[in-house]
Amino acid sequence: MDFDLPDGHELLRRTVREFAEGEVAPVAEALDREKRFPYEIVRRMGELGWMGIPFPEEVGGAGGDTLAYALAVEELARVDSSVAITMCAHTSLGTQPIYLFGTDEQKAQWLPDLTSGRRLGAFGLTEPEAGSDAGNVRTRARLEDGEWVIDGAKQFITNAGTDISGLVCITARTGEDEISNLIVPNGTPGYEQGEPYRKMGWNASDTRPLTFTGCRVPEANLLGPRGNGFKQFLHILDIGRIGVAAMGVGLAQGALDQALAYAKQRRAFGRPISSFQAIQAKLADMSAEIEAARLLVYKAARLKDAGRPFTLTAAQAKLKTGRLAVRCAEEAVQIHGGYGYIEEYPVCRFYRDAKILTIGEGTDEVQQMVIARALGA
Amino acid sequence: MKICVLVKEVPDAAVTKRIDPATGRLDRSGEKNLNPYDTHAIEAAMQLKEGGQLQVDEIVAITMGPESAVRALHKAVSLGADRSVHLTDEALAGSDVAATGYALAQTLKRENPDLVLLGQQSDDGECYTIGAVVADHLQAPSLTQVISIEVDGDVLRCERQAEYGYDTVEVELPAVISVGDAINEPRYPSLKAIMGAKKKPLETLSAADAGIDLSRVGAAGSQVECGSFKAPPAKAAGTIIEDEDTNETVEKIVAWLDERKLI
Repeated sequence: MDFDLPDGHELLRRTVREFAEGEVAPVAEALDREKRFPYEIVRRMGELGWMGIPFPEEVGGAGGDTLAYALAVEELARVDSSVAITMCAHTSLGTQPIYLFGTDEQKAQWLPDLTSGRRLGAFGLTEPEAGSDAGNVRTRARLEDGEWVIDGAKQFITNAGTDISGLVCITARTGEDEISNLIVPNGTPGYEQGEPYRKMGWNASDTRPLTFTGCRVPEANLLGPRGNGFKQFLHILDIGRIGVAAMGVGLAQGALDQALAYAKQRRAFGRPISSFQAIQAKLADMSAEIEAARLLVYKAARLKDAGRPFTLTAAQAKLKTGRLAVRCAEEAVQIHGGYGYIEEYPVCRFYRDAKILTIGEGTDEVQQMVIARALGA
Repeated sequence: MKICVLVKEVPDAAVTKRIDPATGRLDRSGEKNLNPYDTHAIEAAMQLKEGGQLQVDEIVAITMGPESAVRALHKAVSLGADRSVHLTDEALAGSDVAATGYALAQTLKRENPDLVLLGQQSDDGECYTIGAVVADHLQAPSLTQVISIEVDGDVLRCERQAEYGYDTVEVELPAVISVGDAINEPRYPSLKAIMGAKKKPLETLSAADAGIDLSRVGAAGSQVECGSFKAPPAKAAGTIIEDEDTNETVEKIVAWLDERKLI
């Protein structure tokens, strides 16, 4: 057992931290307030290779692994969740399906633009009546004259409606008991991105409903074998959970760091509030929980990198970290007192950003289902 | 031409610095990082290379330090240095500035660089002097606190930060130049550069390899002896003057300042 990060990973972690503190932190509040997509930050992250971390260099990726990816996501989320989810959803939901299931032609067409961050990828799974019950897909695609004709709607989709969005990979019913994945490029007639949602948090990230009305794409846009869509998206979600779990650890750590700094500087009754046991107990509990959760996330990443089963650990990590992020954000606001309720302090944004982590990419209840199933319950 | 950049591993900026009372040396046990000022020196070297006015064939990062200092070198090569040299030897531990400068100069002599760059200060010791010591040993001109380097034919035209304004100085190579953080905005290393860092050549040297006279280095070979250390005295509580009558308050303040010969 070795708990030290390898040198390269440690250097990446530091670099992302410096970038997050130097380039993201100064604009995070404004991006959130103005609900503005962070184009410039995404462009720079693309140049640094962070929009394609776990993909090999042959397809334009940075040649990193899942652990490197999780570290980068964690450090971004420590400062800003909108930027983190943009990179995270693009990588594990938008790009991963094409990398894992695409033909050589599909990979050659899409991966260089996606892994470099020049274009963003999105994953269209959720529908009005297919959330946790993601198999209940209503969107239909039928073959007609060598083209798929798609009709239906998706919702809560990240990264589909930006100026640099390249494609969405959707699940669609291609037969009565058959779900398949299809690639739909932005700009395809009949594919429309609705207005962005008014969200509680993640305000600088792009989230929209999508509609498909007689939308036609070539037959060759089928991703992987016809009818494999269900199996494929379960696998994609497994991988995605590691990223979202890393977001939970990052947000929790950011909340702790903010709370600690504030507690040391804020004085009450003639001394810093960090010297009061009530505050110390909060900080200590947060720190212990975060460290435990972090190890779980890194373990899930390590299992995946070693080519071993990681579904259970990833679900455990996701369950643990979502709740942790919510609790740490709440405690951080509590430690800030009234100031924590004011938007100038980052913990206020953290509080709003945290809640989605117990819902998105599989609710806590779905994680419990996955975990219980793995336990044989 | 060849540029050597001197770098140092220092305690991370986020770590509170303290003197270990047992050794009288800085406690360097916490998280460490490449000295931030040195990243500006590497960036300056990269800009000279990429600027194209000088034919820079090689940028070599050099450090003296314990085993862990190899991480500072990894960062240095991820930022663009082509290879690195790690001078490490138990005999060097405890070297003061003069001894460290001598040891680094001996290492530099093996490389015979046209230009030596370094950060003007380390984030831990903050002596500001290593560049001048190294230059003395190399018998090369030394410029410190440089915030701009321009190539003009065979000379470098440098602006150095002076107490009042800036000095513009032309220097012929070889030279030793220490740079301030205003000189440039260091780049972030890309993930590819980070992954590639370990593949770049790293040479590890002992004191003997570098031709260092052991009597001139280490705690024994250093002229500086650390006596005792103590924390700066805690600030005394201030005087609070309640403003009841403003004229009276002003008088009290003036009297207070006068008492301390501040006005």
